[in-house]
Amino acid sequence: MTAITLIEAINQALDYELNADPNVIIFGEDVGVDGGVFRATVGLLDKYGTDRVIDTPLSENLIAGLSVGLGTQGIKAIAEFQFMGFLYAGLDQIISHVSRMRNRTRGRLSCPIVMRTPYGGGIHAPEHHSESTEALLAHIPGLRVVIPSSPAMGYGLLLAAIRDPDPVIFLEPTRIYRLVKEEVNNDGTALPLDVCYVLRDGTDVTLVSWGAMLHETLKAADTLAQQGIQAAVIDVATIKPLDMATIISSVQKTGRCVIIHEAARTCGVGAEIAANLAEFALTSLLAPIKRVTGYDTIMPLYQLEDHYMPHENDILQAVHEVMEYA
Amino acid sequence: MVEKVVAKFEIKYRQILDQHGNLVEKLPEFAQNPANLIELYKHMVLARIFDAKAVALQRTGKLGTYPASLGQEAISTAAASAMHANDILCPYYRDTAGYIWRGVKMEEILLYWGGSELGSNYANPAVKEDLPICVPIASQTLHAAGIALALKIRQQQRAVLTFIGDGGTSRGDFYEALNFAGVRKLPLVFVINNNHWAISVPLEQQTATATLAQKGVAANIHSEVVDGNDVIVTKQAISEAIARAHAGAGPSLIEAITYRMCDHTTADDASRYRNPDELVIEKSKDPILRLGKYLESIKQWDIDRDKEWQAAANSLVNNAVENYLNTAAQPLTSMFDFLYATLPSALKTQYDMVQTR
Ligand SMILES: [Mg+2]
Repeated sequence: MTAITLIEAINQALDYELNADPNVIIFGEDVGVDGGVFRATVGLLDKYGTDRVIDTPLSENLIAGLSVGLGTQGIKAIAEFQFMGFLYAGLDQIISHVSRMRNRTRGRLSCPIVMRTPYGGGIHAPEHHSESTEALLAHIPGLRVVIPSSPAMGYGLLLAAIRDPDPVIFLEPTRIYRLVKEEVNNDGTALPLDVCYVLRDGTDVTLVSWGAMLHETLKAADTLAQQGIQAAVIDVATIKPLDMATIISSVQKTGRCVIIHEAARTCGVGAEIAANLAEFALTSLLAPIKRVTGYDTIMPLYQLEDHYMPHENDILQAVHEVMEYA
Repeated sequence: MVEKVVAKFEIKYRQILDQHGNLVEKLPEFAQNPANLIELYKHMVLARIFDAKAVALQRTGKLGTYPASLGQEAISTAAASAMHANDILCPYYRDTAGYIWRGVKMEEILLYWGGSELGSNYANPAVKEDLPICVPIASQTLHAAGIALALKIRQQQRAVLTFIGDGGTSRGDFYEALNFAGVRKLPLVFVINNNHWAISVPLEQQTATATLAQKGVAANIHSEVVDGNDVIVTKQAISEAIARAHAGAGPSLIEAITYRMCDHTTADDASRYRNPDELVIEKSKDPILRLGKYLESIKQWDIDRDKEWQAAANSLVNNAVENYLNTAAQPLTSMFDFLYATLPSALKTQYDMVQTR
């Protein structure tokens, strides 16, 4: 076993499933000879040929619409959208068809596809390349929205997404594509969807996050431990459908919760988590729920990007506030 | 300076049976057997009776908003009859005659417009891969391209046929589907149901092109125009397109010229925007009347046979209406039952809640 990056883990999962299941195909812009702009699909064209690794014309709505037709034929189509900011062109197909084919035909047809896209800030990319609008997608009934936070999570969750009989939006945080390496067993083992992962137990405060923000969150938890504060850390992983049971169970122990996400605050997934805690865990709360998030602004171009993204210090400050409250 | 023509195109128009029921061209082989023409005629009559019944049901509060296809019965009858049984249909919402021909039950069409998802769960295995009625304009053309890609990857000798209206040709989905079909030489047939109106917007405000068919030329797709109220020529052109698709010769685009003789839907009132004189002229080109005249002229049809079929078709439709009206509403939990293959535990609370309503 060798240590690999998230992008390598994605590539290994794709390779594993292309090899294991002849119904799996990959398509998108530059996924063939180029191997994708982040190299997620590198080497796959040579191995599986042009019928299974397909470079499409430059149209995201086309990619989204094709996946509907492929899906109804039982093809496990894995579509790559080059950046989340370009997935918006396919939203009509995603909302009106991808998410509801099973429902509107009462199970006669379905859409067992995966839509992968790099998302989020932190790599000083050009305008429209650093979007973090996962809440838009999480609002759509019938979809799954999954976000890995590490190479092992990327490998296991992507395999699960491909094998899932329903459409999955798989958001890959660009900032951590090559940030850390981790040993991942390339044995085709999937990780469960629809559940949160408790990365660290703690008794004083529950930190809830996903994607690249978990790295800031884990750093904060380390610092807090040195200060004598034991923080539980939860990786939401599947933001839709949302496993509130795991989060509630942790908050019942700690009585405090800080939610950390990079996306804009208003109507973000953090708001949904906070609302559920207020509804189902109010009597366990010792302090108000705090959110550490991006601003309700448009993601700035990269000179100010760093000042938009939440950092360890922001998390520490929020935790200290809830600790001091009670 | 080097200057030369690097591309040029022409679009052909075909008609076989003119608006008076006279042959202006030699009949294709299938049409030389009157039994085949009688079958097409009878189906168009059935579709028109069904349509009138659906509108009547809406007017009496027994059906939701319904888009009639009065005057356009020839196109989807021709297309569905040109398709092979294992070809796949990706319709829009005014192809009623076509769904019925393919094997969708009339009560299912009524269920859909009557507010039940059961109407898209076709019981007949013959149409199990056909897509349900598609409401978001032109989006079905991309689904058709995806299905055609699947057929091509699996090396199946089958074709996909997708319908679109004249308004739909203004949408990006249509151009994207044409473009991709051309690039990948997909086994895909596009049929434009050019009925001259997109609700209240006439064709000349939809496009400045001389034809809609020429939009396919840019994608290097075989493109042509037919008289869509002539079921014979429409079936001939679509049959040729299907044959090209089966032979691996790539996609085709058939623009079929017709006219929407009715309102856009039962919620529309075309008198607000349409000159009634136009309707009078267009009604003289009716697809059913002209084929009837031709069949009478060759002594293959008469008023008695017509009455007999009208009665038989009415009873088929009435039977479907009865089945529709007798179909129980779905349980409330059906909102959840087909959202995912298995209900995520996150939805369990809401699932329990709906049961207590
Ligand atoms: Mg129209």
